[in-house]
Amino acid sequence: MFQHDRLNSEITLFQKIKNLDYILLISVIALSVISVFVMYSTDGGEILFHTKNHFVKLAVFFPLMIFVAFFNIKFWHNFSYIIYFIVILLLIYVSFFGIKSSGSQRWMDVYLFVLQPSELMKIAIIMCLAKYYHRLKIENVNSFTSIIIVLSIIIIPIIFVISQPDLGTSILIALSGLIILWLGGVKIKYFIYSFITFLISLPFIISFLKPYQKLRILTFLDPDRDPLGAGYQIIQSKIAIGSGGINGKGFLKGTQSYLDFLPEKHTDFIFTLFSEEFGFIGSVGLLILYSIIIFRIVRIGSISRSNFARLFCFGYAFAIFIYVVVNLSMVLGLLPIVGSPLPIMSYGGSSMLATMIGFGIVLSAKINHKQMIA
Amino acid sequence: MIKSNSGIRKTDVINRRMFIIGAAKVVVFVGIVARLFSLQINENKKYLTLSDKNRIREWKLPPTRGNIVDYFGNVIAGNLKVYQLHIIPEQVENFNYLLVRLKNLLNLSDKRIARINKLKAELKPWDSIIVSENLSWSQFVKINNYLYDLVGIKPVMTISRNYPFNDVYTHVLGYVSQPNEQEILENEIIQERFVPGMKIGKLGLEKRLENHLIGTNAIQRYEVNAYGKRINQLEHQKGEQGSKIRLTVDTEIQKACGKLLNEKAGSISVMDIYTGDIIAMYSSPSYNPNLFLFGISQDEWQLIRNNPLKPLINKTLSGLYSPGSTIKPIVALSALENKVIDTKFKVKCTGKMELYGQTFHCWKEKGHGWVSLKNAMKQSCDTYFYEVARLLGVDRLNITAEKFGLGKKVLGEYFDTEKKGLFPNTKWKKNNLGRGWVLGETLITGIGQGYIQSTPLQLCMMTAQIANGGYAIKPKIIVDNNPISYEDAKQSMESGLLFDTNSESLLDKKLFKDKKNIKIVQEAMFSSTNERFGTSYKSRIDDPKYQFAGKTGTAQVKRISKRERELDLELEQIPYKDRDHALYIAYGPYINPRYALSIIVEHGGSGSKAAAPIAKKLFKLIIDRHELRNKQSNFERITI
Repeated sequence: MFQHDRLNSEITLFQKIKNLDYILLISVIALSVISVFVMYSTDGGEILFHTKNHFVKLAVFFPLMIFVAFFNIKFWHNFSYIIYFIVILLLIYVSFFGIKSSGSQRWMDVYLFVLQPSELMKIAIIMCLAKYYHRLKIENVNSFTSIIIVLSIIIIPIIFVISQPDLGTSILIALSGLIILWLGGVKIKYFIYSFITFLISLPFIISFLKPYQKLRILTFLDPDRDPLGAGYQIIQSKIAIGSGGINGKGFLKGTQSYLDFLPEKHTDFIFTLFSEEFGFIGSVGLLILYSIIIFRIVRIGSISRSNFARLFCFGYAFAIFIYVVVNLSMVLGLLPIVGSPLPIMSYGGSSMLATMIGFGIVLSAKINHKQMIA
Repeated sequence: MIKSNSGIRKTDVINRRMFIIGAAKVVVFVGIVARLFSLQINENKKYLTLSDKNRIREWKLPPTRGNIVDYFGNVIAGNLKVYQLHIIPEQVENFNYLLVRLKNLLNLSDKRIARINKLKAELKPWDSIIVSENLSWSQFVKINNYLYDLVGIKPVMTISRNYPFNDVYTHVLGYVSQPNEQEILENEIIQERFVPGMKIGKLGLEKRLENHLIGTNAIQRYEVNAYGKRINQLEHQKGEQGSKIRLTVDTEIQKACGKLLNEKAGSISVMDIYTGDIIAMYSSPSYNPNLFLFGISQDEWQLIRNNPLKPLINKTLSGLYSPGSTIKPIVALSALENKVIDTKFKVKCTGKMELYGQTFHCWKEKGHGWVSLKNAMKQSCDTYFYEVARLLGVDRLNITAEKFGLGKKVLGEYFDTEKKGLFPNTKWKKNNLGRGWVLGETLITGIGQGYIQSTPLQLCMMTAQIANGGYAIKPKIIVDNNPISYEDAKQSMESGLLFDTNSESLLDKKLFKDKKNIKIVQEAMFSSTNERFGTSYKSRIDDPKYQFAGKTGTAQVKRISKRERELDLELEQIPYKDRDHALYIAYGPYINPRYALSIIVEHGGSGSKAAAPIAKKLFKLIIDRHELRNKQSNFERITI
């Protein structure tokens, strides 16, 4: 309580820099450096298109993260709803004017790269719901109106994303939203009831899936049923990871990727290449790096005074965790193939932009962890 | 600063629920690590194998066929380096320009160009297209000179079958060519070793001995990418050449046979009378098997196929001929063995013989007068043999003839085109033609006409078995691992027992009841060649070193009408297809014989004019080669 008088005083730039979370920052830098090397490997040991672009994006978005961090967390709190609505507008825009590619329409051209608004929604939904629960009285958390409102906040963007169509991102958005509901105090029995309802309605949902999505589920259940067709990706990915062994085949020596057996090695299957070349030790190392990042974000959340910062950090930590788990489970053959990138590691501007903005807000929460928000 | 109660309560809820999530996260991460552990450490071997299976691909190369050599080790079917030209489409800058250049340099046909374009569309860009399978050296040099201008082509050296003696051995060896689907499916070894461009035996020994000759594939291992493109060569595993096969044939004699039958249709067979080794086996006309290696052109094929002398038929084994008078030694022997006649038995020949109102003519219109066996054989008196046959009967004659190998395959296991021929008897006619035997048919069987059919090799074997004193031999064309020497064979024959190399048991191979009878027939054959009035007297050799005994034969192709008999036309006046076949069987040297032969010249006229003179020329060479052959067989025995 004796620090009260310092709260309203302006924090200088020097103090801001001093208050950055250096463990989180170093972990993110380490992950970025690893990602550039792995990208170099996907280019066959040459600095080609993917390596160059990935590096340029890191060079732009990393400073952007620091820039975001220097805004007061109060600022982000104030703009949360607006950001959410802007992203909704972008989603509406791409559903009409977006760039089509391989059967789906989810991109829009901005100068540096093609933007995928659904990736931004992964952050925006956490911000929006964090603000909502920050302002909601605890007594009203389980009221009918508030439940309807939060469900609408989750469902509206999902309708746009699922119609793109993009099942993977929709699931990730839904999970990111639901975790805030959980943290906000929605009764456990509601979760249990909805989960049971979900299981019962699963056959219905499956009947609404697109044929290729059904195929992916069937393939997941039995990859060997069509080893050269739908099961090809899972089988080749497992071969690559399994053949890596303890130490891996060595940097630039992953035969599965070098000889083009790995599909999508720049994006969703980047972990497969990493795991083939660096083995079990490397993979566990990478997992530890992600764990450190998640742990630091949770820690920042738990020292935050405001519930907005707390909810955002916990929610974002969980989101990172979910991205990593879904991506790894997919390439390890534990989940069906749904398009989901590995944060920072995968090639792709929108995902990196969203991730870096998220880290930026977390760092802002750290700098301003004593900030109260009314 | 007022802290709302609600705010604190909310923070507590958030923290409590975060704790549950945190625990769940740890469990999930541990699960992922466990999965990584199971894939990368527990099942590492399995996935490493799968990864190698992905990236390593084996390419089989065509195996190298084993050589076939003659008795003296001369290669008669070998392998030759050939120069091929391949195009690798992905390396070509301008495909059409390249084709135009190649067309001019190699004189490629438009059809060939169209075929290359078709292949290019079908194959992957890194698969090579074979432009020419067999470039001549000058073409190869030309291509190499212009290599700088022909981007994307690759001159390649490979190995191809080659028959250095061209048409000399075609009917023995056959030839190789690309297999068709059925041939691949029928033979498991071919199926296993098949690679495009490989050639297999289509005929003759090349076909029969395919599994010995074929050899094993060389294997090249490459690292490939997901699309099958070769990235690196990993290792090369050498293949083994097929087994070398040594034949009993003598190329010099075989070549001489070819020359002697030049531009005639016919066959010559030469056999070792003790070991059964086939020294030569030539069917005329022949054709060049090298033409088939790279696909024979339609024109060349039509030329062979439409040749009226029928080069595609192996006359030695598949040609069926009436033996004519060459059967007479067997008729005589059968009659002697069955005690129907003896050396004193005489028949009066008046030029013809009447039986049940039918007239049977002797070739000599005026007749031979009173003739005994020796004279009848010498002058080939038909009337004498009509009478002997009449007394003997066709069934007893059949038994003797079949003992000496007529009506049975000689080399059946080696050539599937070999024919059995036919030596009739009463039962055969009843079963096959449904009518009873007529005595007149016995008479004409006695002079080797009528139903009787034999292959030249059968006649050669028959002669050999008379020449060696009446012992059965097993003719062979491939030298086996422990060849029985001529001395051993002769000795065991004379002691009445023959060592059979196949069953490794001692067998009684005597074909006679009384050795004297064989001697009588041998003497009669001697007189036919070496005494005045003998039918082949003009072809005799007086030098005892080369002296041989033989019997001529003239086989009628069609029935001679009374008018034609009266006309007594010269050979040139008769249409080619109606002319008689000329035959000759012989063995020599008369003292201490070693070799037997049979000669047939289709539509050559009489045996004494067309066939016997060939024997005279051939025997000189055969006997001269004898020493060399003996030395070779001794040498061969020492090395083993």
